[in-house]
Amino acid sequence: MDQPKIELSGVTKAFGAKQVLTGVDLTVAEGESVVIIGGSGTGKSVTVKCILGLLKPDAGSIKIDGREVTGLSVGERDKVNRQVGMLFQGGALFDSLPVWENVAFGLLSRKQCGREEAREIAARKLAMVGLKREIGEAQPADLSIGMQKRVGLARAIATDPEIILFDEPTTGLDPIMADMINELIVHVNQEVGATALSISHDMESARKIGDRIAMLYQGKIVWAGDPADIDGETDPVVDQFVHGRVDGPIKMAIRA
Amino acid sequence: MKPLRAIGRVFLAFLGTAGRLTMFAGTSVTHCFLPPYYPRIMLRQMIEIGYFSLPVVGLTAVFAGMVLALQSYTGFARFSAEGAIANVVVLSVTRELAPVLGGLMIAGRVGASMAAEIGTMRVTEQIDALTTLSTNPIKYLVVPRIIAGVVMLPFLILIADIIGVFGGFLVSVYKLGFNPAIYLQNTWDFLEPLDVISGLVKASVFGFLVALMGCYHGYYSKGGAQGVGTATTNAVVSASILILCFNYILTEAFFGL
Repeated sequence: MDQPKIELSGVTKAFGAKQVLTGVDLTVAEGESVVIIGGSGTGKSVTVKCILGLLKPDAGSIKIDGREVTGLSVGERDKVNRQVGMLFQGGALFDSLPVWENVAFGLLSRKQCGREEAREIAARKLAMVGLKREIGEAQPADLSIGMQKRVGLARAIATDPEIILFDEPTTGLDPIMADMINELIVHVNQEVGATALSISHDMESARKIGDRIAMLYQGKIVWAGDPADIDGETDPVVDQFVHGRVDGPIKMAIRA
Repeated sequence: MKPLRAIGRVFLAFLGTAGRLTMFAGTSVTHCFLPPYYPRIMLRQMIEIGYFSLPVVGLTAVFAGMVLALQSYTGFARFSAEGAIANVVVLSVTRELAPVLGGLMIAGRVGASMAAEIGTMRVTEQIDALTTLSTNPIKYLVVPRIIAGVVMLPFLILIADIIGVFGGFLVSVYKLGFNPAIYLQNTWDFLEPLDVISGLVKASVFGFLVALMGCYHGYYSKGGAQGVGTATTNAVVSASILILCFNYILTEAFFGL
């Protein structure tokens, strides 16, 4: 009972001499939407890649449904990933395939259905993110960035995953499109009933899509709590980030 | 101590790359024999390598054959050995010129595009996306290209052989005034099956090298557009050098004493 869907404890990761994660502890309950915030280069993407198994943490444990997932074999890892959908920062659509095949890629690669059925499912998922069926025949390169993100979102939910990971869903979008993507994420989350973990440095987006916000700083989660509490937070690191001040404990890496 | 440190660092980096490349080659070759396969992607690569490279390789071969006939004539005329031109052309083209020049052209055309495509997929996280969608990127991206390279290059080079010999024939008959029937007879008489077969085996090996280097450099590219550019350059340069190096090894194996 009350077993967390995703549980990270003491996750560390270094690239050469650069220690990126120094002990991340985070739990995400089933059906919850957690947003990890933090400056550029604080290891938000690395955290998500560790959860996905794209990177192997140096130490610590990552559990999904109570099961340790670090160090799994390729086949076992794939079984875990089948219940995970991921929206990449740039959409990461495959340019060589039409949009509908992009959306249905997971269904086809896992042989969950035939091509015709996959095309139907793709059309339904595209409709969920507000795109017409005809878009399915287009090539990803012909779409605007906002539309590519929506297609990426449709691909992330195509296999009805239990966990969806969002990497900077609103970065590079204009405010209206960003808000639209936020609404879609909230909507999709409720509709699919999935557990969501997002990373963002956009506070507005974080407040909107998160049930809970966690702040990553110097490779650790330094604060986690309700979005409503973050504005009154006295922790200088959180305060500086939320209000976007130059002065404070967070020093941006600036090269002379 | 500084120069020593620099040498050591370069040497270690070289060993690291060599090890990584060997692992990559081993994994890729193993996956060539394990399902699932992606026939649609393989077919597309075969058309890309085999069909669309035909004009480039054909032009290379025809001019190589032509210049060879012209140059041998200047040399051989001094010994009144013009009759050997057909022999020189057919042996040089089938054994060396068609596979090596063809391989180098393919390295520039196909190797570069493989590195650029896979490299772009790497920096735009498409390769990560493949993994999360239950698709092994080695199987999906690398295996079809390697198989297409190994299978299609011999066909391409066989056609280049014919075109190259034809180039020599054109110059010999229309410029140097040889009798066409005798020239063709000489060509045919001197040609041994091993000449052609050795060239085709070379072509297959070169196809493997070009695809492997294109995929390897693309797969490990990083750092945005500049990284992809570097990967493309490295793919072409390393494939070209390996082609010349393996050409010697294979020639030694086929015809060495």
